[in-house]
Amino acid sequence: MMGHLSLSHFLVVGGLLFCFGLMTVLTRRNAVAMLMGIELILNGANVNLVAFNHYVAGGLSGQIFALFVIVLAAAEAAVGLAIILAIYQMIRSIDTAKIASMRR
Amino acid sequence: MEHALQHLGPLAVIPVSFLWLIPFFPLLGAIINTTCGWWLQRRFGKAVNHSIAVAAMVLSFAVGCVAFAKMLGLPGEERFLQNTLWTVLAAGPVHVDLAFALDPLGMMMVLVVTGIGTLIHIFSIGYMAEEPAYWRFFAYLNLFIFSMLLLVMGDNFVVMFFGWEGVGLCSYLLIAFWYTDPAKAAAGMKAFVVNRFGDFGFILGLFLLFWGLGGAWHELPGGKLTYRPMVTGQQMRIFSGMPATNSEMAARAELVIDIGPTLNFRQLRDQVVVRATGVAERLSHQKLFGFALLAIVGILLFVGAMGKSAQLPLSVWLPDAMAGPTPVSALIHAATMVTAGVYMVARLNFIFALSPTAMGWVALVGALTALFGASIGFFQYDIKKVLAYSTVSQLGFMFIGVGVGAYWAGAYHLLTHAFFKAALFLGSGSVILACHHEQDMRKMGGLGKFMPITQKTYLWACIAIAGFPIASGFYSKDEILWKAFSQEHLALLGMPAAWLGSLIYCIGIVTATGTAFYMFRSYYMTFTGEYRGGHGHDGAPAHGHGPKESPLSITSVLVVLASGAVLASLIGLPASWTHRPPILEHFLEPSLPATVAFVEYPHWMEWLLQIVGVSAGAIGWLFARLLYLNGKSPVPAQLLLRWKRPWTVVYNKYYLDEIYQATVVRGSLVFARILSWIDSRLVDGVVNLAGAVTRLFANLDGAIDTYLVDGAVNLLASSTIAAGRGLRRVQTGRIQTYLYGALAGALVVVLLNFLIK
Repeated sequence: MMGHLSLSHFLVVGGLLFCFGLMTVLTRRNAVAMLMGIELILNGANVNLVAFNHYVAGGLSGQIFALFVIVLAAAEAAVGLAIILAIYQMIRSIDTAKIASMRR
Repeated sequence: MEHALQHLGPLAVIPVSFLWLIPFFPLLGAIINTTCGWWLQRRFGKAVNHSIAVAAMVLSFAVGCVAFAKMLGLPGEERFLQNTLWTVLAAGPVHVDLAFALDPLGMMMVLVVTGIGTLIHIFSIGYMAEEPAYWRFFAYLNLFIFSMLLLVMGDNFVVMFFGWEGVGLCSYLLIAFWYTDPAKAAAGMKAFVVNRFGDFGFILGLFLLFWGLGGAWHELPGGKLTYRPMVTGQQMRIFSGMPATNSEMAARAELVIDIGPTLNFRQLRDQVVVRATGVAERLSHQKLFGFALLAIVGILLFVGAMGKSAQLPLSVWLPDAMAGPTPVSALIHAATMVTAGVYMVARLNFIFALSPTAMGWVALVGALTALFGASIGFFQYDIKKVLAYSTVSQLGFMFIGVGVGAYWAGAYHLLTHAFFKAALFLGSGSVILACHHEQDMRKMGGLGKFMPITQKTYLWACIAIAGFPIASGFYSKDEILWKAFSQEHLALLGMPAAWLGSLIYCIGIVTATGTAFYMFRSYYMTFTGEYRGGHGHDGAPAHGHGPKESPLSITSVLVVLASGAVLASLIGLPASWTHRPPILEHFLEPSLPATVAFVEYPHWMEWLLQIVGVSAGAIGWLFARLLYLNGKSPVPAQLLLRWKRPWTVVYNKYYLDEIYQATVVRGSLVFARILSWIDSRLVDGVVNLAGAVTRLFANLDGAIDTYLVDGAVNLLASSTIAAGRGLRRVQTGRIQTYLYGALAGALVVVLLNFLIK
């Protein structure tokens, strides 16, 4: 069973990807880095979707979901980068700690 | 008990459509003069005002004459004209209509009221010529005539009572005509208040009578009863509430008598007078608190008459009423209104006749009042006061008449008195006018030279009132005294008192002597001797001329009234002279169904009493002539010095006013003060207590509101604010913080998931 890839391996990899992404989002104050962390989280989820599709459900639906997530991530990155760019043009920084002008 | 009513059937009613015109014309005149009299007077002069008033009177008198002619054309038992306008009130079996009725008694009153009223209106034209409020005077006079006509023509107690109160109101208005003088305004008020005393008794009497009839009604079997006189064989039966069963009865349907409480004079008369109904029997036996109901009713009704006709002890208002203009004194306080009490007793003769106690009371009060009034009249100096007390005294005579059961004689004296007293009052008015509103006889004298017509008419009226057979007063007074002497059924407080008649007769003779004395005293003091005035009123010098005869509008009226005072004797010539009943007695017979038992004395007895009566008058006249002719005799002054003390008592009207002041008025004031104390202490205390309690509760409520309700609301608000302030910290604006929050939430959910499993 040692040289054999099982579902658990994929889940561990997916979980690690999720945890790294989460750590990135939680700790980094650079907005672009946070976007990258979000990508990691989404891809951790993708690994899970594909793994469950292969080992549990069969068929193609999990992989189609993963493809949708990738498309969504691309769209999200485009929108996110556009917002960040706009913020940067306004306050000359992408440090999220400084983007607090709406706080009273 | 010997029944005091004749065997009579119910009255037949002759409907007449024009009777309402009689009171309508004076009302119209009053309305016109009230609403636009002021404007008319200013715009067209005073002639318009008195033209309207006099025209109203003349028209009213003319309609009265038409009714009189119609009545004379009817047989005696059918002389009951009636005119119903509309129903005022209908409550169960009781119907009250605005209806006018004329029977011979009412007819006589209508002719007196409108006839003498017209004359006095004409007199007023001259007398009030300088009065600024001319229109007001004539409006009041017309209104008075209207009220008086309601009183005498009313078909039921309600209309009569309306008139009864109306004349009281007009009396008040006219006594206080010169209301800027406080004494005159007070005299008006006094008249009104004293009359209210009497009216109270009158109303109570009416209620009791009504109640008594209701009692009789409930005791009868079968509820509402009607009595139908049968034509066949004069048989009389009582049917209980059944419709007419044959055409014969239907034909006589108008003669059905409803038995039960009623306010209608005719229905009352029918059910009391027609014996077969049994109402009279029942009423006679009814008792209230152990006293005979009819006696109480009669006495209470007479209390009303006492107020209106100024009988003791309610006589105090009439002398004060002389504050009004002299035509008013003549019209209201001598000829018409004050006789309303006499008229009322005569109108209800069938009720009074059933109760000897009530009759005795009426006659006795009348006799005492006659004596009382005459004795005060002896010593008055104000010519109008003399006449006022004379009126009180003569009204006493009328009540003797209606009290002893000589109803027609009372009514006859009412008629003759209306003539001669109106002539006397208007004569005094003429004198007062000539003397520049001087009323004190000590400042007159010798006026016969200046005003012969006034003098002659006054003299003839004096002859009439003094009771000489050449004028009317003798015939009416003598008939009254004769009937008083020969009556035998009067009772006092339920005890038969046959001696009462003789006592009343003696009082009457003494009074007649006194009457002659004070009337000729006033005549001699005023018209003979030297003129003692010479100064205008208020001590100002005369306006360059002495007294002179009054204008034609005054003297013509005086002549008419004086001739009336003489000629009225023709309708009352005694039966002992002509051997047939006097014309007036025969005429009034249908109105006066009550027959009272009189002792049958031989004719010479009546003749003897007539001689006694005439000599009584002659003695009074001789004394007056001896003492006061030409104002020369020193005897009156000497007598005055000798009898100063009793003179003072009588001159001051036996201090009756003072007694009233000390008892009734003071009592009322004390009572008012007690009530005021109760009001300010007890009632106000209770109110203030209620206020304090309310305030206490209000404060409590306010506190609860402020601290509890508002506190709760504020607490909610402030806690919300505090919560918001606390929660604001959470919103850092840093995205990481939120993410930590979301993560923590997710972890909690995961942990809970494990824990709950």
